[in-house]
Amino acid sequence: MIETFEKIEDIEIRLLLEALYVRYHYDFRNYAMGSIKRRLRQAREQMGFATISALQERVLHDETMLPRLLDYLTVQVSEMFRDPSYFRAIREKVVPHLKTYPSLKVWIAGCSCGEEVYSLAILFREEGLEDRTIFYATDINQDALRAAEAGVYDLDRIQLFTENHRKSGGKSSLSDYYHASYGRVSFDRSLRERVVFSDHSLVTDAVFGEMHLISCRNVMIYFDRPLQDRAVGLFSDSLARKGFFGIGSKESLRFSAHAEEFKEFVREEKIYQRLGK
Amino acid sequence: MTPASPRAIVIGASAGALEALSVILPSLPHDFRSPIIIVVHIPPDKRSVLAELFRAKCKIQVIEVEDKEPLRPATAYFAPPDYHLLIEDRETLGLTCEEPVLFSRPSIDVMFESAADIYGRDVTAVLLTGANQDGAKGLLAIAEAGGEVILQDPGGAFAAAMPEAGLKLCPDATVMSLDGISEHLRRIG
Ligand SMILES: C[S@@+](CC[C@H](N)C(=O)[O-])C[C@H]1O[C@@H](n2cnc3c(N)ncnc32)[C@H](O)[C@@H]1O
Repeated sequence: MIETFEKIEDIEIRLLLEALYVRYHYDFRNYAMGSIKRRLRQAREQMGFATISALQERVLHDETMLPRLLDYLTVQVSEMFRDPSYFRAIREKVVPHLKTYPSLKVWIAGCSCGEEVYSLAILFREEGLEDRTIFYATDINQDALRAAEAGVYDLDRIQLFTENHRKSGGKSSLSDYYHASYGRVSFDRSLRERVVFSDHSLVTDAVFGEMHLISCRNVMIYFDRPLQDRAVGLFSDSLARKGFFGIGSKESLRFSAHAEEFKEFVREEKIYQRLGK
Repeated sequence: MTPASPRAIVIGASAGALEALSVILPSLPHDFRSPIIIVVHIPPDKRSVLAELFRAKCKIQVIEVEDKEPLRPATAYFAPPDYHLLIEDRETLGLTCEEPVLFSRPSIDVMFESAADIYGRDVTAVLLTGANQDGAKGLLAIAEAGGEVILQDPGGAFAAAMPEAGLKLCPDATVMSLDGISEHLRRIG
């Protein structure tokens, strides 16, 4: 009987994802199923529905359920200067190239609650590049985008952020950029003066500018292989000639249909460079 | 492309994992047919040396997984630190960075549950030494889906808590010594 049950659950998941797409234009249909399945099971249990179908009915008819479900379907785990050696490589290997351009565009795709955005803004300020740069920070989760724009984090995360910043070769003290009150820290407004936050999906939206650096870390791991190809194609089309592309430390372009459009720039840190177009 | 293997072997281990796996993995022959997918609890901030270490000792291939790693026969796949490892389909492994489960990322439960989903009865799961409860629920999921479940004999284990927790949830699991497990895996290939 268990086998039939699991098959029914698979059908329900497919239908729910279809419903989300038709009703709300959120397209999770080609996300990696293993992880989607886990998170939908959690959502079903914690939101108190007997079946995924019951959850589907509710989400279709009650749009206030959508943000709650999206919080399950998108994973908001992040840190400032996550994998410090990645940021160190940007600082030491990529920045010298960026310094040769009079103006710069940087895209942080899947920016979650902004940790990666503030990390790069601080790094660019330390390296004297901030004034000539526009940052585009995009995500599909509205709550995350709002949090990113606010730039407020729990105080108990600051120790890790500070440690990471130091390991990334930080030339200033992280505490120069925030003030703490009531168990939270707020990052300096001036850091987001040059940041454009916007709702943009790597699944359904298009190229919006020519970038010199794109950082898209731990976002495409939630996509299946064909959808990863679409996203990498979008990044490839968005990059200036010889533009830089960084992905998560356990991601790889080895398995991508677009692999030959890039060369490994800092191999161990998964930083690639767009080849001539 | 090599055709997808009909079977897979999944292994979970924690405290004492290195010694236990050192008995099992080097004993497997280079023409072993199944992929072997392994979660060992490792601290998140360290570069894992497990794959490198076993590569030198084993006749099969040994890899630390990157996202969308293709599954091949005669290859052992280690979960990287700070990511959950999932089996996406019979040809592909995937990673995610969701919250730790029972304080662990990678989590044995998460990987075992995906193995139950994808392989059903075509999987052998082995839960080895460890000082916590991770893996027991995953082992149950595999048993319920018709897969084969094996526990390291808690009496001979470096840390008994993990196989004991497994035995509690899956009283019908086969209990074996490390040598017994190696021999069994060689036989089923
Ligand atoms: C695990 S977080 C990564 C955060 C950060 N980049 C890092 O590595 O620390 C994944 C983010 O991708 C976002 N995301 C998921 N699907 C997306 C899509 N189709 N387009 C853009 N962002 C997406 C999620 O909302 C989430 O904020």
